Amino acid sequence: MNSAFIDFMRIRFLTMLAYRVNYYSGILIYTLNIGVYYFTWQAIYGSSGELGGFTAAQMTTYIAVSWMARAFYFNNLDREIAADIRDGSIAIQFIRPINYVMVKMMQGLGEGIFRFLLLMIPGMLIAILLFPVELPTAPSAWIGFLVMLFFSFLINSQINVITGLAAFFVENNEGMMRMKRVVVDLFSGLIIPISLYPGWMSAVMKVLPFQAITYLPGSVFTGRVEGTAIWSVLGIQVFWFALLLLPMVLIWRKARKRLFVQGG
Amino acid sequence: MYYMGLIWEYLKNYMKTRLTYRADFWVEILSDLLFQATNLIFIFVVFRHTDNLGGWSESEVLFVYGYFMVPYGIFSCFINLWGFSERYIVKGEMDRILTRPAHNLFQILLENVDPPALVGSFIGLIIMIFSGAEMGLMLEWWHIPALIILALSSVLIYAGIYTTLTSLSFYSDAPTGILPLMYNIQGYGRYPVTIYNRAIQVLLTWIIPFAFVGIYPAALFLERSEMHRMALLTPVMGLVFGSMGLLLWNFGVKRYRGAGS
Repeated sequence: MNSAFIDFMRIRFLTMLAYRVNYYSGILIYTLNIGVYYFTWQAIYGSSGELGGFTAAQMTTYIAVSWMARAFYFNNLDREIAADIRDGSIAIQFIRPINYVMVKMMQGLGEGIFRFLLLMIPGMLIAILLFPVELPTAPSAWIGFLVMLFFSFLINSQINVITGLAAFFVENNEGMMRMKRVVVDLFSGLIIPISLYPGWMSAVMKVLPFQAITYLPGSVFTGRVEGTAIWSVLGIQVFWFALLLLPMVLIWRKARKRLFVQGG
Repeated sequence: MYYMGLIWEYLKNYMKTRLTYRADFWVEILSDLLFQATNLIFIFVVFRHTDNLGGWSESEVLFVYGYFMVPYGIFSCFINLWGFSERYIVKGEMDRILTRPAHNLFQILLENVDPPALVGSFIGLIIMIFSGAEMGLMLEWWHIPALIILALSSVLIYAGIYTTLTSLSFYSDAPTGILPLMYNIQGYGRYPVTIYNRAIQVLLTWIIPFAFVGIYPAALFLERSEMHRMALLTPVMGLVFGSMGLLLWNFGVKRYRGAGS
């Protein structure tokens, strides 16, 4: 059983490897994004030394590491699941002795490992060369960040699976998937760190799961959260991971009862 | 006249397919608006922490964003080449297009029209009016014709860039990855380009001229004299890039050989 899951992961990794050309342009995309946000924030900082608890140098690091983390945790599981539902190939998954959602998560992980090795690491090296990124010196920051990065992946994939499975209920969930992408980029703190939002907005974002995807790991990497405080932010991530399992399982259970194949 | 009739038929078809998935139609409009709201939130949050961005005030940056939304909405409505290579080349639908009398690019664009995107253009106009009023800009007689000409030129620039990049898929097997790249950097033409370093400025002005779909033309209405020359260059850039896109496209189509099954 478990070895089957490992195989799904391995096969996805190898598939990605076959189409790796796309990832060279991916490195360019992410570097350009970091570059443009870097210059924008430079202009915003102007002469002020600190904004929302971030120094200009911390902000540079935060931007670089957030975009690179996205390079790792990003995947299209929502689109894949929606496509399976729309063309009816999901039906075949019901008769397999293996859990479909688990299969998707493992495929996502295979893609994640690929993205980590061929997109995030080389991209980060380029970003360090081009921009004044300050790497943390404390080993706890590195270890904490890597563990949290894994949870970023889990939480983001859970949200993707839930969005994808929504196709069972709304038939065409293209709009919903686009909405999810926008919400995740904005509320996760990728575009603006959450501490810079006005009080009420950051209060709302702190009770949503999205901050666990980018903002919390980024805060650990930039050294804004250090020492034992790392445990508590990690705790927030574990909490959201556990909580999001619930809707995922519930929707999957309910979905199986109302399969409605639209042709194919 | 023949082409006008085609537009009407395609729009009728569009409405029929969209009404099948009614709920999604509204979600899509909402998600478009939310996407625009993200950028507005960025501007609002940033100006809580600073009073100018490279010498541009909040109202000015908002005005530029409002302008940017106008051509962007028109472009997203009529020129949607997203997924062209998968749908038309890999699946071979290009063969079907080529057997018909109307120009192939025209048919492809019509098959993919997305009228809800125009909502963004209207909101852009409203943002321009509000931020303009806040700065005490007076409406002058030449503003409206200038807006029409500049916005259409900006749409032509978008069209040129995207058809050029899409026509690459006639030559290469794996062109994907380029369009998302553009998608990510097109937004940066909205911010005062002078805040970027020289290389990015040149890139956004002359190579992939996204500065001409936002900051330069908007500067004309804002009476920013340092960018007037660039603003007046917008129609020229539109014509150059628009015809380049069309030429490369026609050239690419000639090389096309059916790949699908």
